[in-house]
Formats: sequence, structure tokens, C-alpha cells
Amino acid sequence: MSRVRLLVGTRKGAFILTSDGKREKWEISGPHFAGWEMYHLKGSPVDPNRLYASQSTGWHGQTMQRSNDGGQTWEIIDNKFVYDGVPGTHQWYDGTPHPWEFKRVWHLEPSLTDPDTVYAGVEDAAIFRSTDGGKSWHELSGLRGHGTGPRWQPGAGGLCLHTILIDPSNHNRIYIAISAAGAFRSDDAGKSWQPINRGLYSKYIPEPTAEVGHCVHRIALHPSRPNTLFMQKHWDVMRSDNGGDSWEKISGDLPTDFGFVIDVHAHEPETIYVVPIKSDAEHFPLDGKLRVYRSRTGGNEWEALTNGLPQSNCYVNVLREAMDVDALDPCGIYFGTTGGQVYGSSNAGDSWKAIARDFPAVLSVEVQSLP
Amino acid sequence: MIRVVLPPHLRTMAKVGWEVEIEVKGPVTQRSVLDALEARYPMLAGTIRDHVTRQRRPFLRFFACEEDLSHEPPDAPLPDAVASGAEPLLIVGAIAGGIGSVSNETEPLAV
Repeated sequence: MSRVRLLVGTRKGAFILTSDGKREKWEISGPHFAGWEMYHLKGSPVDPNRLYASQSTGWHGQTMQRSNDGGQTWEIIDNKFVYDGVPGTHQWYDGTPHPWEFKRVWHLEPSLTDPDTVYAGVEDAAIFRSTDGGKSWHELSGLRGHGTGPRWQPGAGGLCLHTILIDPSNHNRIYIAISAAGAFRSDDAGKSWQPINRGLYSKYIPEPTAEVGHCVHRIALHPSRPNTLFMQKHWDVMRSDNGGDSWEKISGDLPTDFGFVIDVHAHEPETIYVVPIKSDAEHFPLDGKLRVYRSRTGGNEWEALTNGLPQSNCYVNVLREAMDVDALDPCGIYFGTTGGQVYGSSNAGDSWKAIARDFPAVLSVEVQSLP
Repeated sequence: MIRVVLPPHLRTMAKVGWEVEIEVKGPVTQRSVLDALEARYPMLAGTIRDHVTRQRRPFLRFFACEEDLSHEPPDAPLPDAVASGAEPLLIVGAIAGGIGSVSNETEPLAV
């Protein structure tokens, strides 16, 4: 029977949750790296016991960890992220030039083919790659250097590169997203990049249809349709059917289209999930009701999934890395909250239960489907 | 031997106890002590001073002999009592709790 392993990053450590294919009983190990902010942990698709983890604190900055046994033991790997060449400047909050400064790793994306190759999305926004299992990191500086970098501006969370997607049918194609610069695509394995923000409309920036400057919160794709992308923007849920060349709004009948997470059903490429949040000023569910919304039509028509989720007095948030799906049948879906709950559904969202209730604020949830 | 007291997270990372002893060749300064410390415990590189700027991380302080040496030049001699091993150099995390709960806001608002 298949097993499922959740890698949960929180404000105060990491937790590893495991279950058999029934997904009814869960074992919890942790906290790993107690007291540290664990922005993200992710396993290699080709060697699921190879895990990478981003560990940081305000006192000691960024450190990096690697496991070769599914998180039972860890070893420290290189934490030296040095921008290529003269870093230059991006815009600061007040619009003045500000030098690029490394702060932390937000996202780790292991290669689809090589467990020793892994990408790191960092703040201030850049993408790095290691091809030696994390012993050294090198920037793919074509992203920062392609021309629009000096116009990028941080969101309140910082100028973070938080999403990295590798096209499973064409490994030279990589998508990334930056708050608040927008989405970008490379078709040559990260050497060169272009903005892919046509069709996005952001009324909170001076030029709402600008080439860059959009606060993209998350992008997701289904492996069987890699040209179809789904985006949760600051406001607006969007989709593209041409690899990001253009986007259309699919918020449809959502009660609010602000939010952070978006994900795709493992077996149904037109079934997508979001967690609507009231607004950019009030980061909690509308009316105090925690509801996942599911569209089985690729957007526009949404249904609220509430069975097992708190429907009164719930004022948590669900951050951008904090939702993922498993590959079992029926598809399991999981998300974590800033209140420390991890909710899971083993029936594609029809019903939910709390797997953990009292973790520190959850920053990320990654799912591994194991044999 | 130079005695150095590390903050709790770094003791865990380096798998050491309250205090470590390291050998420093030449003048005993903040820089030479940190160089020797990082050479002995490579996993600490970047956690006390920035990899690129080599500046002390802002939420760490250096104390010794009941003095705050945090703003002393990195090549200034440390007190004789530290150089002789009579007193440790203390690397201390600010009790403010770090910046994690303040500036690591992960929920971007409007730009």
C-alpha cells in the first residue's frame, strides 16, 4: 500500500507527518530544527528520501539542510548564496534604488531527474542552482539581469522568489514567480528569462497592466498539461493555456479572490483549489469561515468545501507554500494555517479533518507519495 | 587556547557544549577568533557574520570581561584575559527574539 509523507515547515521548526494509504492515522515526528523558521522543505521526485530544507533565524541568517533518509537524520549543506557579478539595485518600498541583498531561501525545487540538482528561490529575488547536492550554489543570473530587475519592488513580505515550476515535458522550461515583480519563464534551463504577465491587471500599481510589478502569490500546473498554468495573484485567480504568454481571469463566483495558495488535483487537470482570504488588509477567511473552494471546470465556477473545517470564529491565514496534493486515488489534499493546524482530506476535498492542531504557524506543506 | 561561548542554536548546529576552545595563531582579535572558529566548525560560517560583507549579524553581540566589544574594529586586540584563556569571548543573541516575528512577514500587502 502506498504511504504519504507531509513535510511541514513552521515558524519554530519542521515536522514530518506520515500515514499509510488510508490517510486516517498519522505519526508526527519533530520538531526538527526546533526554534528555527523553516520556510520550505521538499523531497526529490527521483529519490524521495533525499530532502532539502531551508532553515533561518533573525539571529543567524540562512542555513541549509539535507537528508538522505527521509528526514530521520540531517546534514548541513552550503549556505553561501552570492549574487553573480555586481548585484545592482532594485526598487525599495519608497521607489528609491536599493542594493540587492541576500536574506533567505523561500523555496526549494529539486530537479525532476537528478537528486543532486536543486533550485533555490531566494529573497532578494533570484534563483540559484546546486548540482552537487547543495555543496555549492550558483546564481542563474539571467533572471535578475534580463532588464526589468531595477524596476522590481518588494511586497510587505520582501522581494521574494517563492515559486519554481519545472515543465515535466520539457526540462528546459522553468517558471518562477516573484512578489512583487510577477511571473517569468525560461526556455533554456534558466539562462535567459522573459516576463509572462500579459493579461494581469493590478489596480494597486501605477500602471495596472505593466510588464512587471504584479504581486503574484502562487502558480501551479498539472504535469499532464504543462502549458496550462493557474495563478493566485494578490487579488484575482488567473489561468494561462499558453505557457504564460497570456492570462485570463477565472475568479468567477468566488466570494473573494484574494488569497495565497492554489493547487491542482493530482488526476484531474481541470480541478483546482484555492483558499479565499477576505482582503489584503484582513488576512483571514471571509466571515470567520475556513473554506477551501474547488473548481472542477478549470475556474469560474467554484464550490465551497466546508465539511470538517471550522465555520465560525476562524481567523487564520493559509500562506502560499502551505497547500499540496498527494498522488493517491482518491486524491488527498492538505493545507496548513497560521494558527498551527494542518488539515487533510483523503477524498479530494469533500471532507476534512485536522491532522495537527497546535503546531507553530505553518509556512509550508509539501506532500510525498511513497511506494 | 581561546575560549568561546556560543548561543544555543549554534551549539546545536556545531554539536558542542556551552563553551568551545580553539587555537588562534597570531594576534587575538575578533577576526582571528572568528576565522579560527569557522575553520574548526565550518557549519557556523555565515551564522555569526555575513558571508559577503563579513559584518557581524545585527542581532548578535560580542561580550568579554563584562564589556560590550560588538562595535570594536574586527582587528582590534581582544582583552588580555581572553587572549590568555582566563575569560571567554561570549557570542550572544539579542534578547529581542530576533527579527523573525517582526520583518519576516510572509503575507505581502499591497506594494
